[in-house]
Amino acid sequence: MDIKSMKNYLYWLYCQFELITCSYLMEPWEKLLFYSFNITMLVMVLYIAYIFVPVHITMAFQFFLHLFGNQHENTVSIVK
Amino acid sequence: MERPERAGAALGAQPRANGCSGAAHGALRNGYVRGLAAPDTQLNHIVHNGGLYKRPFNEAFEETPMLVAVLTYVGYGVLTLFGYLRDFMRQWKIEKCQNATEREEQKDFVPLYQDFENFYNRNLYMRIRDSWNRPICSVPGAKVDMMERVSHDYNWTFTYTGRVIKDIINMGSYNYLGFAQKAGTCQEAAAKVLSQYGAGVCSTRQEMGNLDKHEELEKLVARFLGVESAMAYGMGFATNSMNIPALVGKGCLILSDELNHASLVLGARLSGATIRIFKHNNMQSLEKLLKDAIVHGQPRTRRPWKKILILVEGIYSMEGSIVRLPEVIALKKKYKSYLYLDEAHSIGALGPSGRGVVEYFGLSPEDVDVMMGTFTKSFGAAGGYIGGKKELIDYLRTYSHSAVYATSLSPPVVEQIITSMKCIMGEDGTNVARVQQLAENTRYFRRRLKEMGFIIYGNEDSPVVPLMLYMPAKIGAFGREMLKRNIGVVVVGFPATPIIESRARFCLSAAHTKEMLDTALKEINEVGDLLQLKYSRHRLVPLLDRPFDETTYEETED
Ligand SMILES: Cc1ncc(COP(=O)(O)O)c(C=O)c1O
Repeated sequence: MDIKSMKNYLYWLYCQFELITCSYLMEPWEKLLFYSFNITMLVMVLYIAYIFVPVHITMAFQFFLHLFGNQHENTVSIVK
Repeated sequence: MERPERAGAALGAQPRANGCSGAAHGALRNGYVRGLAAPDTQLNHIVHNGGLYKRPFNEAFEETPMLVAVLTYVGYGVLTLFGYLRDFMRQWKIEKCQNATEREEQKDFVPLYQDFENFYNRNLYMRIRDSWNRPICSVPGAKVDMMERVSHDYNWTFTYTGRVIKDIINMGSYNYLGFAQKAGTCQEAAAKVLSQYGAGVCSTRQEMGNLDKHEELEKLVARFLGVESAMAYGMGFATNSMNIPALVGKGCLILSDELNHASLVLGARLSGATIRIFKHNNMQSLEKLLKDAIVHGQPRTRRPWKKILILVEGIYSMEGSIVRLPEVIALKKKYKSYLYLDEAHSIGALGPSGRGVVEYFGLSPEDVDVMMGTFTKSFGAAGGYIGGKKELIDYLRTYSHSAVYATSLSPPVVEQIITSMKCIMGEDGTNVARVQQLAENTRYFRRRLKEMGFIIYGNEDSPVVPLMLYMPAKIGAFGREMLKRNIGVVVVGFPATPIIESRARFCLSAAHTKEMLDTALKEINEVGDLLQLKYSRHRLVPLLDRPFDETTYEETED
């Protein structure tokens, strides 16, 4: 897919988004508000994901490690 | 599909002349099968009810896809939130308030503009208002000229640029048979009558306003409909709203379809009779109401109802559905009630020779007690009529408000009706087969739209074609995009339809040529791709299975 059709496709996606969320019908300042709200939310979600997901993944990883592999070692360490 | 016929043959029931099999055979109750929606008919969606129908009755309403419904609600949700924001800003004078508000001295009284309809008008309808009420400046034939207008304040006010958008293909007028013309035999005849009689009559039918033209018209209408007698009125809306009160009154029961036109609703309310509403075109619902009415009688007193009147329309102009007349007539006969049929859209547009829904089903006009219709649609004129037994019409002549108080029809209009009706009947020698042309156009247009993958409502023979849009932004976008491509369409939203079932409604005409339809279809296809309107998954449900969440009936008691 070359750049031009990619651009067209993105524009089409944007149109669909506008139609579905009705921002197509909004006045420019409403659009601005709506988009800044949306973008803020999106950025926040991404940021939160960036902060927390690695932590959760490590925790989950350790949990499974604990469950299957290193159980013995751990119990030993507690007993000790 | 064959099942009922075989059952009928086995039981030896003879179908009567009007196509209703007798109520004698027990297996089928009164000759119709309840919801023959067996799994095998699910896809086929053809509902044949016993021997009642002489022709296939293909009527389908595809279910709203779940995703589309959810997204539609999302759209309305966003708009509603912004509506509250705007209302807030108007209240605190951050934004200039352009809508109607209470005056200063009314401030402490009951608020006038707080209900949902006002909220909707202010905050949702106003954003897409440019798709409605466009002024036209030529005869609304197959092509029409429109005045260009712009709005500089987001649809609160419009200004005319002075330019005219020429030759827009008109898919919006109820010009079924193409009689809205500014030239041709009808126009010539009307012009002649105008120079002979003038335009005004200045009196009512009962006093001095009775011309020979009116008598001629009524005889012709009666002959056209195949009824004993008929009467013509100056306005279709008033025909309904003034004649129903003359026919029924207190102590009578009106059973009305939930999608009936405002004129029927108004007439029913004015009559003072009790009104009960059955689900759209749903015969189980109607039968239940009839049964209840007979069994229980009037509320409190338990006296039997004086009269039971069923109000239905031939073609429903928002759904494009055709009334299940054979079943309605069977029920009416079984429960000995009366039937009032409003043929506003179906007269001229249905049936092999344009005589409406009665002819379409091959029934006898005698089975319908009151045949009402208008001259506004197929005949390209104005006014309405009522046809029926001679006693009925004589009674209405004396007692109906629109006969006693309303000025009679203008003679040129009468002449337009007479000429166009004669043309439909093929009596003036210029029979151009308009009715067949309309039927062909209808079939072609509906078939092509279905193939493209749009969700189309209604009966396959109905010239009213609703195309579902669903989302609020698409209502505005569709109207604008189509006008950009020189095609005039009607878009419909709340409150004329349920809030998520917004649609565009095409009305076909015999005046549309194949080229015009092809152009229109090409553009619709393009806009459909652009706006992603091709929702259809080709899973159709017959009307009987259509879910309705409204209550079965409401009662007006005083
Ligand atoms: C079913 C029905 N009845 C009556 C009328 C009223 O007719 P008229 O426009 O002639 O007043 C209409 C008009 O839209 C209609 O659709």
